[in-house]
Amino acid sequence: MASYRSIRDFDWGLLLIAIMLCAVGVLQIFSAGQGTKWQNLWWKQIIFICVGLALFWIISSIDYHTLLGQVPILYGATIVLLIVTALFGVKVFESRRWIALPGGFLFQISEFAKLVIVLVVARFLTELRAESMHWKDLVKLCGIVGLPMLMVMRQPDLGTSTTYIPILVMGVFLAGLRWQYTVLIAVLALVLIPSSWFLLKDYQKSRIQTFLDPTRDPKGDGYQVIQSKIAIGNGGMWGRGVTRGTQTRYQFLPVPHTDFVFAAFAEEHGFVGVVFVLGLYFLLLMQLVQNAQTAPDRGGMYICMCIASTLLFHLLVNVGMVVGKMPVTGIPLPLMSNGGSGMLCIFLMLGLVNNVRLRRFVN
Amino acid sequence: MTTRAHRNPNDPLNPDKLDPAILHDDTSHASEKIAFFQYVSVAVFLFLIAGFWKLQVQNNELYTEAADRNRIKSTPILATRGKILDREGRTIVDNHSSFKVLLSRENLKDEHLPAIAAGLNLDFEELTALLRRFRSRPKYQAIVLKGELTPAEVAFVESHRDPDTFPELELLHGGDRLYPRDNLLSHVIGYVGEVTEAELDLADFAKYNQGDVIGKAGIERQYNDILMGVDGQRQVVVDNKGNEREVIGYKEADPGRSLQLTIDLEMQIVAEMAMEGRRGSVVAMDPRNGEVLAMVSRPAFDPNKFAGRIRQKDWDEIMNNPEKPMLNRAIQSNLAPGSTFKPLVALAALENGVIDENTTFHCPGGMSFYGHYHSCHNKRGHGTVNLHRALAVSCDVFFYNVGNRLGIDKLAKLGEMAGLGKESGIDLPFEYRGILPSTKWKARTLRQQWFPGDTISVSIGQGYLAMTPLQLAVMTGGIAMGGVWQRPHLVKDPNRIEPRKADIKIDNVNHVIYGMYGVVNQGGGTGGVARLPGIEVCGKTGTAQLASNVLMKSSARLAAELKDNAWFVAFAPRVNPEIVVSVLFEAGGHGDQAAPIARDVMKAYFDKKNRNVNRLPTLALAPHGGKGFAN
Repeated sequence: MASYRSIRDFDWGLLLIAIMLCAVGVLQIFSAGQGTKWQNLWWKQIIFICVGLALFWIISSIDYHTLLGQVPILYGATIVLLIVTALFGVKVFESRRWIALPGGFLFQISEFAKLVIVLVVARFLTELRAESMHWKDLVKLCGIVGLPMLMVMRQPDLGTSTTYIPILVMGVFLAGLRWQYTVLIAVLALVLIPSSWFLLKDYQKSRIQTFLDPTRDPKGDGYQVIQSKIAIGNGGMWGRGVTRGTQTRYQFLPVPHTDFVFAAFAEEHGFVGVVFVLGLYFLLLMQLVQNAQTAPDRGGMYICMCIASTLLFHLLVNVGMVVGKMPVTGIPLPLMSNGGSGMLCIFLMLGLVNNVRLRRFVN
Repeated sequence: MTTRAHRNPNDPLNPDKLDPAILHDDTSHASEKIAFFQYVSVAVFLFLIAGFWKLQVQNNELYTEAADRNRIKSTPILATRGKILDREGRTIVDNHSSFKVLLSRENLKDEHLPAIAAGLNLDFEELTALLRRFRSRPKYQAIVLKGELTPAEVAFVESHRDPDTFPELELLHGGDRLYPRDNLLSHVIGYVGEVTEAELDLADFAKYNQGDVIGKAGIERQYNDILMGVDGQRQVVVDNKGNEREVIGYKEADPGRSLQLTIDLEMQIVAEMAMEGRRGSVVAMDPRNGEVLAMVSRPAFDPNKFAGRIRQKDWDEIMNNPEKPMLNRAIQSNLAPGSTFKPLVALAALENGVIDENTTFHCPGGMSFYGHYHSCHNKRGHGTVNLHRALAVSCDVFFYNVGNRLGIDKLAKLGEMAGLGKESGIDLPFEYRGILPSTKWKARTLRQQWFPGDTISVSIGQGYLAMTPLQLAVMTGGIAMGGVWQRPHLVKDPNRIEPRKADIKIDNVNHVIYGMYGVVNQGGGTGGVARLPGIEVCGKTGTAQLASNVLMKSSARLAAELKDNAWFVAFAPRVNPEIVVSVLFEAGGHGDQAAPIARDVMKAYFDKKNRNVNRLPTLALAPHGGKGFAN
């Protein structure tokens, strides 16, 4: 294959950072799980990381142009699988997000849809020729991204569906949009977002209200944020030490292995640990950006940047949530939170970026 | 393909099916936008780090405390309160085992409240009102919901306080106060109660916590620090469900110390029985050292109703009682002592040389001073009387003349030595001072000049003069001791204060004492009923008016309401006195109505003294089931 490149050209820096973050995540899941029913989650997490690394290698070896070429099929498959999820999915806590696979695995299509949407956006925008987008193209793209987004929202899974938005926004931003459209969209958003309040489910409304005032319901949604803040504050500068975080250990902190993994980490490793890990995430993000800058073509650049933007969004929403600066949405922390689909998806996305990098020496 | 051919026909990297347009492209147009994204990223990271900085570095202590409050649960181990014993070590006040239930508000669920109220037999409205009152207090302070739980209520709490049912409930074992029955010694002992929310705001009560049981009156209040002890504490780490994970601290309770009173239970019982059904007070004291042997005030209250949390109905009943049962009349009644004051007038007159033992005055049944006619209680007159006779028959006219000669300030000087007009300093809270009138006193309090006519009433124990039964006992005991006034006290061997010693001629004292001996032991003496065979009892009756005779005649109803107070004060034996007793029998009529009460108390003292100490019967004050003393 003409586009095959040697393993020497892999983005080893990116992979190293990702593995370090995974290691921190495994350590935290191990620590938080001590003496609880999640005691054995950490080794499951290691298995997912290994599978993720395999996917990383596999997707790196398929030229991303080929993948862009298969976008219609991938997109169609995603829609079909979302319909399957809606019809036959496993219902947990009033929402159908998972398809049960043999072997007891639960497969979350909405996570993989993220990857497909990145490809869809990249493909759609590379086919445009103009300096800036025509409004018809914009509407078309919004429709293409909006369909799976609505389906995910209906599961209901507001959190995951919002992670598609930064992909779309980043794509449109890079493709160029006339300022008149920008203003128009801003105005529409100002009108539609408040009115969409009435479309939200009660628990979603309550989450937003609780975000604005966590003490409103200190035993319900507010409880999570209050306990998360206490855990983080309890960590102090240097942290309580591994397995010594009392908020984590005595289960005051909710789900310390998934959505609130970073709060548990912050309690046990303190501000110093937080800065270290956030630094790693920042390096990871800059590595993605660097790959975008050196991408051989627009397609590659769009892929890298869209992935970077959804990653940044994940970080902002999840980490912002644990420090009480964002509402509780149930968006996991990439690479650290426990969860198979999310872990595989992030490695697929990083693999896609690596894929772009491998093909940068076009000439 | 033709429609798209113009886009980029010459791309060198055209793999297979893909439109060649995708493959070409220079991405340089996006470099500024990528740079913009980098700045946004930096901003996002700074925003997040700022959030962590605020929580972990700036407010670390705040959240550490919150985390500790989350996981560390402290339950008090109640210290048992010290016993109160009589002078021979017999138990007067004990504790009995009881349970109370605490409500922790940190994990309180409102929907549990109705079930909790039902299980504990509490009124739901009252429970919510209680919670509302405590809303401003820190949540980690648990509230005492109910004390003295019944076995059924204990069972309810025990079976429902698991993490899945009502984790907010906490059972606390402790001792509740058990006071003697039939109101015995109730005013001296006082009672305990939960510290109130209003008290908690006071500086003196800052050391207490909500739910603490503290002394509210009497000895319980005065010696609270000794009796109360220090609660222990058990600290455990709990998880979010309230399950105990480990015990991290255990401090034993430091029980309160026992307190031995100077009260003699046998004498107290005799005095209580003598006052049964009457209104007034008895104080028996050892004049040699100030030890109070008995102190009675009637009507009395049942302190057991106060132990813990008093019921509103009981409280209203006690507070609305016109006879004021809560008042300790021994130290909280400012009353004219009547003729029981005369020994002091006599002593002051002798000391100041305005009379001697042979001075006589003629009593025609009354006499005018400064334009006012003052009658003697004996309207037919006592004839010509000397000091001894005047004391024995309580001739008013004699003392009008003595007082007139003496003048108020010389009288007040000795009165002050005798402890009048100021607190006796007994170890009980809220003692009254009484009034010792003088020119200075009148100028200061009434802003009026003292008229010589004012002295006339005071010299027979009326007018402005007011004292408590305790002050009367102290005053008389000091005279009996030849001018040595001890500070009265109820707890054995407190830091003894040096007595006040007046430089008084022993002959003058003997003249007065001889007069008091005559009151009891000689024909015509007003206190003959107080006579005890084989014991030289000295005493003085008093009949104190609450209003002038003129006023009394104006209304029969008023006369009944304001019936004279009967007083009697006595000591024995005449030489080397060992006991002084003062009796106030409110509305008793004449002083000889009070005399038998004093006699009974003194008799009890001497009977006991003369008994073989080894054969002393032990007094059973069985708290439950057993018979009370009055039965």
